[in-house]
Amino acid sequence: MESLLQAFVTAFRLLTSFDADLVEIVLLSLRVSLMAVFLAALVGLPLGGWLAIARFPGRRIVIATLNAMMGLPPVVVGLIVYLLLSRAGPLGWLGWLFTPTAMVVAQFLLIMPLVAALSRQALEDLFEEYDALFRSLRVGTLGVVQTLLYEGRHRLLTTLLAGYGRAIAEVGAVIIVGGNIAHVTRVMTTAIALETSKGDLPLALGLGIVLLFISLLLNALAALGQTRASETVTP
Amino acid sequence: MTSILPLELRGVGFAVNGNELLADIDLRFEAVDRTMIVGPNGAGKSLLLRIAHGLLSPTAGEVQWHGPRASDPSALGTQAMVFERPVLLRRSAQANVEYALRCVGCDREVVTEKARAALAQTGLLSVAERHAFVLSSGERQRLALARAWALEPEVLFLDEPTSALDPSATRVVEEIIEAIANAGTRVIMITHDLAQAKRLGDEVVFMNRGRVLERAPVDRFFDAPTSQEAAAFIKGELLW
Amino acid sequence: MTGGPRLRRPCSSITRTWAALFVSITLFGAAGVAVADAPYITLASTTSTDNSGLLDEILPKFKQASGVDVRVVAVGTGQALRLARNGDADVLMVHDRKSEEKFVADGFGVKRHPLMHNDFIIVGPRDDAAGVRGVSDVGQALSTIADEKVPFVSRGDDSGTHKAELRLWTAAQRDPSEASGTWYRETGSGMGATLNTAAAMGAYAFVDRGTWLAFKNRLDLEIVVVGDPRLMNPYSVILVNPERHAHVKAREAQRFIDWLLSPAGQKAIGDFRVNGEVLFVPDAIAAP
Repeated sequence: MESLLQAFVTAFRLLTSFDADLVEIVLLSLRVSLMAVFLAALVGLPLGGWLAIARFPGRRIVIATLNAMMGLPPVVVGLIVYLLLSRAGPLGWLGWLFTPTAMVVAQFLLIMPLVAALSRQALEDLFEEYDALFRSLRVGTLGVVQTLLYEGRHRLLTTLLAGYGRAIAEVGAVIIVGGNIAHVTRVMTTAIALETSKGDLPLALGLGIVLLFISLLLNALAALGQTRASETVTP
Repeated sequence: MTSILPLELRGVGFAVNGNELLADIDLRFEAVDRTMIVGPNGAGKSLLLRIAHGLLSPTAGEVQWHGPRASDPSALGTQAMVFERPVLLRRSAQANVEYALRCVGCDREVVTEKARAALAQTGLLSVAERHAFVLSSGERQRLALARAWALEPEVLFLDEPTSALDPSATRVVEEIIEAIANAGTRVIMITHDLAQAKRLGDEVVFMNRGRVLERAPVDRFFDAPTSQEAAAFIKGELLW
Repeated sequence: MTGGPRLRRPCSSITRTWAALFVSITLFGAAGVAVADAPYITLASTTSTDNSGLLDEILPKFKQASGVDVRVVAVGTGQALRLARNGDADVLMVHDRKSEEKFVADGFGVKRHPLMHNDFIIVGPRDDAAGVRGVSDVGQALSTIADEKVPFVSRGDDSGTHKAELRLWTAAQRDPSEASGTWYRETGSGMGATLNTAAAMGAYAFVDRGTWLAFKNRLDLEIVVVGDPRLMNPYSVILVNPERHAHVKAREAQRFIDWLLSPAGQKAIGDFRVNGEVLFVPDAIAAP
């Protein structure tokens, strides 16, 4: 109980003091996770859209694989990316290990399947609704995917937020491929892990509360943008 | 003006898992007349319309356009369809019409102009900026008609466009269909409302259990149906 | 209400908002990826040197002297050695002599330089259920713990500390792995996580003094066994062999090693204190 109380006090102090190290860590966290979400959207949304409308042998297998990959443990993804980016691995020459780029790659692999799988689900429902119209207007595959992505934008935003949530909250992958290097690859979650290992539980929890606060802020912003965009429309 | 008509369905059938839903449909639609397709539920009317429009491929027989422009029956100004429940996109009324125009390759510069003209013709200009999903059901069906009309189709397929509307909304929609037909579009429409068939139609195609049983001018169909089933249907007796 | 000037078109404005958002995220992300590349080396080290605060203390001094940044990846000794073996670090600072010597013998490291030492201790609950407080022979203390079957939490993670602990069990002719899951608990985690577990369970644990002094969540734990010469914990520093991995920044890394072994580096290590206590004793002050 005492620790919890202390944690809130610490969180409040951290949030109000704008500690330079904390700001750096928060910005890096946002930077890495937003970039990962952006890339995951770039690949996952069209992929989800295409899977929603395409009919080909093996489609079910692809969808089942994506669904299964939603549950991939971050540590496993981290290990795979480590083995790829290690100097002894096939992509070692890139020199990306222990850089924010490696963390973006890991988080991208972690959330792209989630974005693709969830958007496939959402867009398939929409596709059923609009299939006849698309056929009537003779819309091509590309046009259908484009239209579905636009029509499903609200649900897709929720999907992206889910992806962002998984990215910003995971520690297993980024600590392996980033190395939790101070001022270089230390993000909120790895900092929390570090403080926990130092036994500074109030500081660790305080950082956790800061993370929660930032996620809340982002979700509120997204919700705000959504209501403004739809202008009191019930979808 | 070059035309895609006439449209001919020859020996068209449609079966799902050996279950015959349509069979032996032979119909030819020339460039005149307004056709009303009537018949009890499950007669295969919607299926027939979808096959004629090209949304579905028949499992037997063939659909052919015979007019001079028949090589491209999906181009702008050929055909359009309005569904029982309007399928609208999640955007403004005007954007819905513009979307359809862009899909059929309408010239970008005139998209807005054409869309607004179609909205004006259907009395929707005042709600042009409103999101399609906040319109009343009557307005939504009018929007679907505006969207179809904007495509300047030579043939317009309508699948029970008023079945979900109240009498006044139905009247407005009928007026619009009338106007579209008067402007030279070939109307092929399904209705379950026999009075509506009388009001709007020149001829009637009567269907039952996946087959066309009778095709006749409106007056003759209602005054002297040749088939027993049609007579029973007009009297409101169920046909099962 | 009919016609009138058109208001804004909702679709295009939304599209523009999205586009703006995407572009800004890209720039934001790209800015983060393209961190200014000051000269730096990567040091694979152990949690015990990092968590204690030693590296935070001495690395800025090296940076001042050389202009070279040292990026620390703090993991267990076993994992640090694996990282270095793969060429993912330039320098190693670890504490397990046997595996270090093997690392150099296998050609992955250039040379092993003894750097400093501290000592291991055994911590336990205040009520000391095993009654080992003050026992000066660590082997006897461990035997007693095993006989009494009182909870003991081990790293179990192949780290330097874990290996040192296992050697002492072997010397005491005990095999705690037989009791794994009963009174002997292997966390498979870092020192901090292991201490958190021990504190919560009221168990004994084997820990390096540096981590212990910097550790805050002690609850009921205190030092019970200390001072046996076998508890010495020597650290060394090794340059990863550039002949194995051509990209190793040998020049900067060697400079770091030279500095650590120099009087300035050794003094920096010796000067480091937590709560007034010396944590690491420098071993490399060049004998004149």
